[in-house]
This record gives sequence, structure tokens and C-alpha cells, in this order.
Amino acid sequence: MESIIVILPLLVKMGIVVAVLLLLPLPLTWLERKIAAHIQQRPGPMRVGWHGLLQPLADAIKLLTKEDHIPMDADRLLFKMAPVVALVPPFVVFVAIPFGEPVQIFGSSYTLALSDMNVGLLFILAVSGIGVFGVILAGWASNSKYAVLGSLRSIAQMISYEIPMGFSVIGVVMLAGSMNLSDIVHAQDGLWNIVYQPIGFFVFFVAGLAEAQRIPFDLPEAEGDLGAGYHTEYSGIRFSLFMLAEYVVMVVLALLNALLFFGGWLGAPPFLPPALWLLLKTGFFIWVFMWFRFTFPRYRYDQLMSIGWKVLLPLSLLNILISGIFMF
Amino acid sequence: MTEVTVVQETHDNSGFNREVLMNLGPQHPSTHGVLRLLLQMDGEIIERVDPHIGLLHRGTEKLAEHFTYTQIFPLTDRLDYLCPPSNNLGFALAVEKLLGIEAPVRAQYIRVIMAELSRISGHLLITGALPMDVGAMTSLLYTMREREMVMDLLEMISGVRMHTSFCRVGGVREDLPPGCTERIIEFCDIFTNRIADYEKLLLHNRIFLARVENIGNISARHAVALGLSGPNLRASGVDWDIRRDAPYEIYDRLEFEVITRKDGDCFDRWKCRVDEMRQSLRMIRQCVEQMPEGPVIVDDPKIAFPVDKDKLAHSMETHIHHFELAAFGFKVPAGEVYQAIEAPKGELGYYIISDGSEKPFRFKVRAPSFVNLQALCEHTTNMKYLADVIAMLGSLDPVMAEVDK
Amino acid sequence: MEDLLREYLPIVIFLGLAIAIGLVFIFAALIIAVRNPDPEKVSAYECGFNAFDDSRMKFDVRFYLVSILFIIFDLEIAFLFPWAVAFKDVGLLGFWSMIVFLGVLTVGFAYEWKKGALEWE
Repeated sequence: MESIIVILPLLVKMGIVVAVLLLLPLPLTWLERKIAAHIQQRPGPMRVGWHGLLQPLADAIKLLTKEDHIPMDADRLLFKMAPVVALVPPFVVFVAIPFGEPVQIFGSSYTLALSDMNVGLLFILAVSGIGVFGVILAGWASNSKYAVLGSLRSIAQMISYEIPMGFSVIGVVMLAGSMNLSDIVHAQDGLWNIVYQPIGFFVFFVAGLAEAQRIPFDLPEAEGDLGAGYHTEYSGIRFSLFMLAEYVVMVVLALLNALLFFGGWLGAPPFLPPALWLLLKTGFFIWVFMWFRFTFPRYRYDQLMSIGWKVLLPLSLLNILISGIFMF
Repeated sequence: MTEVTVVQETHDNSGFNREVLMNLGPQHPSTHGVLRLLLQMDGEIIERVDPHIGLLHRGTEKLAEHFTYTQIFPLTDRLDYLCPPSNNLGFALAVEKLLGIEAPVRAQYIRVIMAELSRISGHLLITGALPMDVGAMTSLLYTMREREMVMDLLEMISGVRMHTSFCRVGGVREDLPPGCTERIIEFCDIFTNRIADYEKLLLHNRIFLARVENIGNISARHAVALGLSGPNLRASGVDWDIRRDAPYEIYDRLEFEVITRKDGDCFDRWKCRVDEMRQSLRMIRQCVEQMPEGPVIVDDPKIAFPVDKDKLAHSMETHIHHFELAAFGFKVPAGEVYQAIEAPKGELGYYIISDGSEKPFRFKVRAPSFVNLQALCEHTTNMKYLADVIAMLGSLDPVMAEVDK
Repeated sequence: MEDLLREYLPIVIFLGLAIAIGLVFIFAALIIAVRNPDPEKVSAYECGFNAFDDSRMKFDVRFYLVSILFIIFDLEIAFLFPWAVAFKDVGLLGFWSMIVFLGVLTVGFAYEWKKGALEWE
């Protein structure tokens, strides 16, 4: 009986998260296309629905019904597996993300997180690191030179930027004294972490762009030189699973930026529910990611590596030293 | 699966010994048309680039031997399809040289205006496309917006947006429509600010500079040795512009600077073109100011239709000439001629041998893009990574239609 | 035990859920999508020409270098996390001992930099 009490709300919450995650790309793709369009002085999708609102749905149907072919020299098993492997880690990351204070319904308290685990941040870093496997498998299995080059680039990029990313959150953990994300948010009750950790935020934000493979760090799929990078050979639904994963990663990073450095759900104006306030902050970061994409060129491969190792890594080490000294 | 023999040949005997040999293009977003590059690569590092051309070959030169001189104009449109008026101009000049005639002054001004407008339209593409090749998509849409204005002007003048064919041997097809000069000046005013906008957007963008500065350098000596021309040559610091050094039409009456730069890298080639657009605007303004009234085509019934159409009703001789011209074209005295102009891409030369008939005996185009493309595989330094090749290719600004003819 | 379950059960369930979603999509496509393979269509993309050879090429030894660097630094991060959590308790001694440790790491890093392990030439 007791286990039902535990599991039932959990299942409800999971249902909500999964539904949101699956539906999220629809408004996000619409938004990205509209933002792109308006930055580029054109109207963007206008035909399907009011101002093209149903365009993502039309795209989804197209992608679902499109031929899903497998290159003949591909490693078939790995090729089929790769999109799922790429999709799972960003999904699982959501388990550890809290969206607000626990709420009271019918006298019992429910946390607004699937699992408010005490090593939340570590879990997120660890699991999002696994995401690179999908890319590696996709590139390797496709047996196309563009895909292989793309996946090689992405391995080097992801592991290089994971390090500054890891170092940059150490300062936040030091301030909060916990790796639990709720505790980290609570620790920002007075001033947001961005005030204490400007360097940390900068490093985290830039490394996050690289982890999400957004411009100016979208080298693994640089259409200018690699066609489409690691998913060159993918079509139809498998391709859209990669896109789904990419959008979810972007949302995760925007959420983390808001949670770790911008006070999460704290400081909401009285008329806004805290969870919505957090989503607004997240939306802001998503907008910034999209804005960057249509403003900046992309770095070259060696430039990318030297930014990661020679700029961000020393900066993040310095950040630890500075935060430590200031805390005493 | 169809085997391509060319692939086999290169693979066997041209010294490619490493494992990784990759095709870049023709089905590739950054090859500016249907260029195929054979890359010999060591990971990301390029060891050798081997351009393979001919995928857009349409036999322009051979076709021209079966066309009358007037019919060749549409063929020249399709060489550098970004700026047809200037291709038309070069061909018209070559034929006029053979005939020993010169277009009326007003026609020359109109031709120059159109050639400079088309230079802007051609340069606008690369101004936006090079940043796009290195990842900044937005700039291309901005430059396309202004290119649309140029297209509108060309449409207003000739009735056609792209393949204008507005030149005729001995002049232009018709006079400028009423209100055209005002529209041109209006465009010049707007466009001056827009160039400043592009520079604001890209000139201080560190990522853009990191991708194009000091990439793909060509020294002045090598640029000359390769036979480069146009902005690609001037970016390397060679002060050579046919408009100034061997003036044709009314270019000697116009005041303009020849833009040169020092390093000959991708950035210089890009910047050189941006600055040239300013000079083009200057020339267009001067042309509009100086343009006299008068006929726009030579008054020679054997070469051009009569300006005064009433004559057809009264003069039998005019009628006969009209019929002959329409049915067979005009005869060009035997001889050979080479006429070069400063097209947007560089020295565009037409070499024509005439046997005295209505059709050229031999027609040869010296296409600037074809020559410029050589820089991709020879004498270029600082082109190390795959992404640099893309930037280099973008900055050379080849139009494959012109390369393959 | 109960707490552990409460914290980690969702991960397991969600893992299963995520895999299931991926598979459902793929099976849905399997039923709906057209299938009409053709040798030209399923050949590897190489810009319209046939690939020269297998693309699983020898790749650069530098990738191993990066991976090794990654392992070293990732271990440091793993060390730093518990230290950061307990930062308020370890005191000045704890702080400086970690800084000395990071200092040693930085010296190693500087050496790598100097040796050119970070150059992509």
C-alpha cells in the first residue's frame, strides 16, 4: 500500500515530464524558425495555421512518414541504436531537475521533481556526458566520411568542454555546500549566484553552448563544411530523434543556467507561480541560444579546442581559487 | 551503382597515397554551385586539394559558332549569371571592335550603369555568402535583400531580372525608362548606408575575423603568376584594374579609386569587394549626372534596326536591311579580336575569330573564375583545415557557370 | 533503503520510459513510413560521387591525447565535488591543501601547454 503512495505521484509526474519533453520541440522549432526569420527580415513559416503555428506538426508528420533508409555499408545494429542512445541521456537528466518548492495537495507534500536526489548536479553532469555516445555511434555506424569527421569532432569537443563545465559549477557547489539542486537554489535566497560567480557563469554558459552544439560551436554538424556532420546519413524519424535530443539538451542547459546562476524559481513577482518564473528564465536562455545561432559564425576546429583548453579551463580554475578566497 | 571513371584515374596515378580521400561537392552546401573538390586529408588537415570541374559544361563556346552575333548575347548572360550585363558588355565591345564602330555616348553610359549595378549584385552575393560559409547565416539574407533592389532596377531597365541581354552590337536595346535615374539615385542613397551596416555586422565580429583573417594568403608575386584578376588580384596588393589601366567605354571620364589591399587573405578579398561596391556607387552617380541625351544605338541599318520606325514604311532600302538583319543577322568583317573588360570576377575576355559571315568562326571566353579557381590548389598558404578550404573557396568567389562555360 | 529507492527508482523507470519512447517512434515509422530502397539512395553520402574507400579511417593520435587529458581533469572534478560540498567544514587548511593540489595540476597543465599538447597543428 505504501509503495503505491510513493509510486503513483511519481508516475503522474513522469507522465507530465515526458509529455512536456515530447511536445516541447513543437513550439521550440516554431520559435526558432520565427526568431530566425525575424532576425533575417523575413516572415518565416506563415502558411500552416495562424502565423505558421501548426508548421511543427506538419513537420512532425512529414518526418514520421518519410523514408527511413539505412546506408548499405552501415553497421546496421549500431546505426539503428544510435538515435535512441542519443535521446535517452538528455531525457534522464530531467529526473534530477526540480521545478519549484514542494507543494501541498490534500495534506501530503509532493516535490516538484522526479527525484530530488542529493547528488543532483553530479548526476546531471555525468548523465549528460553520456549523450556523446549517441553521436559517436551515429558517426561511426554511418560509414560516411562526413559523419565520421563530425563524430570525431564532437567527441573531442564534448569531452574538452565537459571539463571547464565541471570546474565552473564547483564554485556554485562551494557556495551552497550541497550538490542538491533545490539546496543550490535556496542558497541564492539573497543574491543570485551570478553576482558571486560571474566568471563561473561565463564559463558555464560558453561550455554549455559547446555541449549543446549550438553556434558558434556547432562543429559536429557544421553544414558549411560537413554537410550535416554525424547525422548526414539519417533521415525520417531517426533524424528527428536526434533533433529531439538536441532540443532537450538545449532546454536542460537553459534550465541549468537559470537554476545554478539566476536563482531558479526564487524572486518571482507575486502574481507569478514560481515554477512559471523558472520557465520564463529558461525561456530567456533558450532565446539567447537561438539569437546566437543567427548572429555568429562558427569557430574552426582548432580554435574551438584552444578556447576550451586555453581560455575556459584556466578561467574556471581561477574561479575556484577566487571563490575560495572570497568565502574566507 | 555507376562507376565514375574520373575517380578511378585520380586514385591510381596522381600521387595520392594516403588513405583518406574525400569528395567535397558537387552536392555540398558550400561549393558555390557544382564544383567538386577532391580532398586528400589527414584527419581535419588538408594535404592537397584537387578541383574537378566540368559538371556545368554547356558548350557555350561551340554553341556560339552556330549562332548569329545577336543570338550570342543570351549565351553570355549565362556565363556569370550573377552579373549578365557586364558579360553582355564585354561581348558587344569585342564585336564592335571587329566592326570598327562605337556605340553612341548615351548607350555607353547606360551600359556602364548596368555593368556597375551588376557588379554590385555580384559582390553582394559574396559579401553575404562568405560569412555564411563560415557559419553566419543571417548576413546572406541581408545582402539578398539589397540584391533584390538591384534586380528590380535591372528589371525596370531591361524587363528581365536575371538574364538581361540588354546590350546590342552598337548600343543598347532601348533607352532608360522614365523615372529610372531617380530610382537609381534612390538606390545609391539607401545602399550606401546598407554597406555600412554589413561592415558593422561583420568587421568587428571576432569569430568572423578568426575564420577569414590570415587564411588562404596569396602573395602578390604568386597572384600574378597564377593569372588572378579582379578583386582576388587586388586583394594581394597588385594595383591593376582594366577600367583604369585600359579604359573602355566611358570609364576614363569617371573618377574612382582602385581598391587594393595588402595581405591577400580571405578577409582582404572580402573587404576589397565590399569597398568596390562603394566605388561602383560613386561611378553610377557620376554616370547619371554626366549622361547626355541622344540615340542609344548606332544609326547603321546594316547593324541595328532603324531608330526611326517610320522609315520602314517609306524606304524600301531600310525595309530590305531590316529583313536581312532579322532573318540572317549582320556580317562581321573577317579578322580576330580580343577584348577584355573588368568584370566583377576579374578580367573577362572575349576572343572572336570572324570569317566574314554572320556567325563567329571561333568564340573563346577567358572566364575570370576559371583562372581564379587555380588559387585553390597552388601557391596558397595558411590553408590548413577543412574549414579553411571552405572559407578560401568562398572568398575566391567562383561562379561555376563561368568556369565550365 | 526506502530513501535510496525513492531517489533512484525514478531514474530506472525514466530510463526505461525514454528507451521505450525512442523505440515507439521508430516502430511507428516502421509501420507508416515508405520503404523503397535503391542502391543510389542507400549509398553513403559523398556529395554525389561514390566513396573511395571505407570511411572508418585511421584517425589522429591527438584524439587520444585529448582523451587522456580529459581523464586526468575529470578525475580532479570528481575529487573537487566532495571537497566543495564540505567546503564550509574543511576550513582554511582544507582549502589551501586543495589549492596546492590544484596548483600541482596547473603545473602539469602548464607543462602540457608548453610541450604543445594543446596545439592542433
